[in-house]
Amino acid sequence: MALTEERPPLELTSGEEAVVRKPLGVFTRPSDSPGWRSWLTTVDHKKIGIMYGATAMAFFALGGLEALLIRAQLAQPNGQVLDPQVYNQLFTMHGTTMVFLVIMPMLAGFANYLIPLMIGARDVAYPRLNAFSYWVFLFGGLFLYSSFFLGGAPDSGWFNYAPQSGVAYSPGHGIDFWVLGLQITGIASLVGAVNLIVTCLNMRAPGMTLLRMPVFVWMALVAQFLLLFAIPVITVALFLLMFDRLYGANFFVVEAGADPLLWQHLFWIFGHPEVYILILPAFGIVSDVIPTFSRKPLFGYPFMVFSGIAIGFMGWGVWAHHMFASGVGPVSVAAFSLSTMFIAVPTGVKIFNWIGTLWRGKLSFTVAMLFAVGLVSQFTIGGLSGVMHSVAPHDTQQTDTYFVVAHFHYVLFGGSMFGIFSGIYYWWPKIFGHKLSERIGKVHFWLMFAGFNLTFGPMHIVGLQGMPRRTATYPEGMGWDLMNLLETIGSFLIALSFLVWVYNVVRSRKNPHAGADPWDGRTLEWATSSPPPVHNFDVEPTVGHLDEWWHRKYDEDESGRPVRREHYEFLSAVDEVSLGRGGREPQVDTSSIHLPSPSYWPIVIALGLPLISYGLLYTYWLSALGGIMVVGGVVGLGLEPSVDPEAGHDDHGHDDGHGPGPGTDATGEEAELVGVGAGDGATASGDRAGSGERA
Amino acid sequence: MSVSEQTAPPEVVADRADHVPHDAAAPAHHTSTGLSNEKLGMWLFLGSECLLFGGLISAFLLYRSKDVEGMVGPAVGDLYDIPFTSVSSFVLLMSSLTMVLSLSAIQRADHRRARTWLLTTAMLGATFIAGQVYEFTSFVREGLGYTTNLQSSAFYTLTGFHGVHVTIGILMLVSLFVMSLRGRLPAERSETVEIVGLYWHFVDIIWIIIFTLVYLIPA
Amino acid sequence: MSVSDETLAREAQAEHDAQTEHEGHDHPSDRSYVGIALILAVLTALEVASFYVEDQLGALLVPALVIMMIVKFVLVVAWFMHLRFDSNLFTRVFVSGLVLAVGVYAATLTTFRFW
Repeated sequence: MALTEERPPLELTSGEEAVVRKPLGVFTRPSDSPGWRSWLTTVDHKKIGIMYGATAMAFFALGGLEALLIRAQLAQPNGQVLDPQVYNQLFTMHGTTMVFLVIMPMLAGFANYLIPLMIGARDVAYPRLNAFSYWVFLFGGLFLYSSFFLGGAPDSGWFNYAPQSGVAYSPGHGIDFWVLGLQITGIASLVGAVNLIVTCLNMRAPGMTLLRMPVFVWMALVAQFLLLFAIPVITVALFLLMFDRLYGANFFVVEAGADPLLWQHLFWIFGHPEVYILILPAFGIVSDVIPTFSRKPLFGYPFMVFSGIAIGFMGWGVWAHHMFASGVGPVSVAAFSLSTMFIAVPTGVKIFNWIGTLWRGKLSFTVAMLFAVGLVSQFTIGGLSGVMHSVAPHDTQQTDTYFVVAHFHYVLFGGSMFGIFSGIYYWWPKIFGHKLSERIGKVHFWLMFAGFNLTFGPMHIVGLQGMPRRTATYPEGMGWDLMNLLETIGSFLIALSFLVWVYNVVRSRKNPHAGADPWDGRTLEWATSSPPPVHNFDVEPTVGHLDEWWHRKYDEDESGRPVRREHYEFLSAVDEVSLGRGGREPQVDTSSIHLPSPSYWPIVIALGLPLISYGLLYTYWLSALGGIMVVGGVVGLGLEPSVDPEAGHDDHGHDDGHGPGPGTDATGEEAELVGVGAGDGATASGDRAGSGERA
Repeated sequence: MSVSEQTAPPEVVADRADHVPHDAAAPAHHTSTGLSNEKLGMWLFLGSECLLFGGLISAFLLYRSKDVEGMVGPAVGDLYDIPFTSVSSFVLLMSSLTMVLSLSAIQRADHRRARTWLLTTAMLGATFIAGQVYEFTSFVREGLGYTTNLQSSAFYTLTGFHGVHVTIGILMLVSLFVMSLRGRLPAERSETVEIVGLYWHFVDIIWIIIFTLVYLIPA
Repeated sequence: MSVSDETLAREAQAEHDAQTEHEGHDHPSDRSYVGIALILAVLTALEVASFYVEDQLGALLVPALVIMMIVKFVLVVAWFMHLRFDSNLFTRVFVSGLVLAVGVYAATLTTFRFW
């Protein structure tokens, strides 16, 4: 919206005098002051990305702890470590945590941090809604975990099949916490998806056409579209279950004639796209890591992009392969068998393109590269056992055995988590300014790789031998004893490798500054300092190529070999480490760059949601309080300009709130960010619609 | 891929700032697609809502067609008051007209008329909700509570969700009305009205579907 | 690749120009809005009428009702929500949600019914 060019966002055109009131007179606007409080009110996509990552890693430790307890129980036949009730809670929470509270937010963190940097933007499209998403996710996760202290966690599996999830079979509050907690995190995902899609489509730097976006941006974009359309489906399922459990509705009550398959359909219509939500951004990460460390452009970039889109589409047509054993008819089984086999094709395209990129490349096996190649190899194993599942008779044999457990750990751990660790090692110097130790990192990788295969490899075998999953113990003499012991040893190796990573992180603060571009990277995030300035780029890039930063650094000699240019310019002021070898700094004045101001409202609204949920379970007074916080917060957010006009006066000395005008280094980009404030009413109303009905 | 091309000279960046239109009234958006962030966001949200209502409608259709032996209470289909529901459907349909007239008025900076139409839209919406409350109470009086049987749970959930959407829409309309009264809704910000309008029309088209699939087509 | 990149850039620019121009387009007049509303009203009347002649219509009833529903839906979306006049991107976003919804839920209901 252009009106911010000449006026502060709330000034009126109708001749009336603009009065900028403090919203509701409750809070003064938080300032940019450093310290821990700034994290509570930040709307900076980089800080939010870091918070997503840190929170997800904390949940990873919790989910891992649950896994260790499960493995301890199963280390020997007739295990006595856990009570079966507790065992049920642990495997339910392990699955729910790893899917909803670890991999999804971890990838959301990467997307948040990297997308604006990679497409040359200053922030995401709606910075305050971005903060809102994070807080909602955090409080949703904490709400879910509070069930452990309030009468027991959910206990019928991460998919909570009906009618087992009904009050009759699970009378405690555990599943209520699950239902409400996932609804809360669902709001976070949905708002985040809208935000990131608009960012990818609307906030690109000049010249950054869609087919010049890095593959990570593409894969994150496809995943956000999947979230956008999949979240409402699980929301329906969760609401129906919630009404059943809390208000006595009959959706999954078999005695009333309900069809429990309805739950399975709704859950898996969401659940299968969810699988691609978990893996596609990880594919994107390695698609950026592998070219960097092969010193070659990605082989078949357009194929990579379009196969990702194809996976996104086809992911909607395969859900019933999770239900082959549920009694859906033969025509359905045949149709979903075929579609499941077909979806292996675009996935195979990706594998071949990665191998094509590695082929005759100048490989350097950094830890990031090791994890990336780890993904390619381990995901292929998981993918192949997936294709085995598409064969319906085979699937019927394997349903509910450890073979399935092996399969999805190879794709989710061997795939997503390896991709995430690859990304962590790759972008760590960008985010924190110094590398993680490569030496310790290699110990981490090999320990994790060995532990992972030792844990989940033997599960294929015991699974084919018929060992059932979700069962608290197994008798002696089934021939499963040795394999289970090995699996338990493997799981503790994984835990050890995680501790090595933590040690690496703690120690890394002493590492020397890595410079802006430590890996000789290809994409725009390496063209700015490490860590990037709050406004990301001093000069807005104009993009002419795929792998823009590489093209700015390298020319080509007659034989087509890349030759480093004598001079090239970074996109913001960098440290001396980066300035050798021809790099220069831009000489611009950045004082007139306006960014959205911090805000209290996102965390206030987000805090209201778990209160409403506790209220539904205990006393409606809490719900009323939470409702007031949400409604009040939404109104506050709507009335507050996204860029604090007063902050503008104080910090930058603008006369009368004149926005950045032409002639300064202001760019369209920046005007856009200010424009977010001008569209506040709209943002707020959309948001009201979003949070209102799901609350 | 050739590496030989020159990268774009940095001056281009500076040039671009001059292209920023200075005319504050022009509805230009400085985004890569030229579309406003807020409007795109609303359309994405509406696309997502299609799957929400699709799921609820499917649950209702599934359970209405189900022949439950010894079903408790009446079937939903036996209680419909079609003339009554037709009138309230018509009211909601016409609220879409008044909504779009309000938008068109505010785009012409005819604020008085825009406010009138906004308020009319909200009133029509409220009439619809009142009709729904009446319908629910009369159903309950005839022995069809929320927990009575499969159909009733599905029916009340579906129409209730829709009703909540309408109510949120009414709240947004009233907020717009108040904003306009206070002069905070100048013609340049008509997009806010347009976006609320998109939501309102969406709620209307969902009812178009519900009216046919749930009320008119016999089980 | 370089050629195609340039073409892409030009296309993007052209697309951008076209859209910016598009934004400037006037929305339809109030008269046409009222006209559309009239058509909607008539369709609604027909829908309600069909309810009373259910028996005479026989097998035609359901298709007739569904067609009228779709026409009403499209009219509101195209005119009142301006999809006819607005950027293609909005249409694509909305239609993908709609098609996806119809697709997956129709498939689900079919699996309950016939298969």
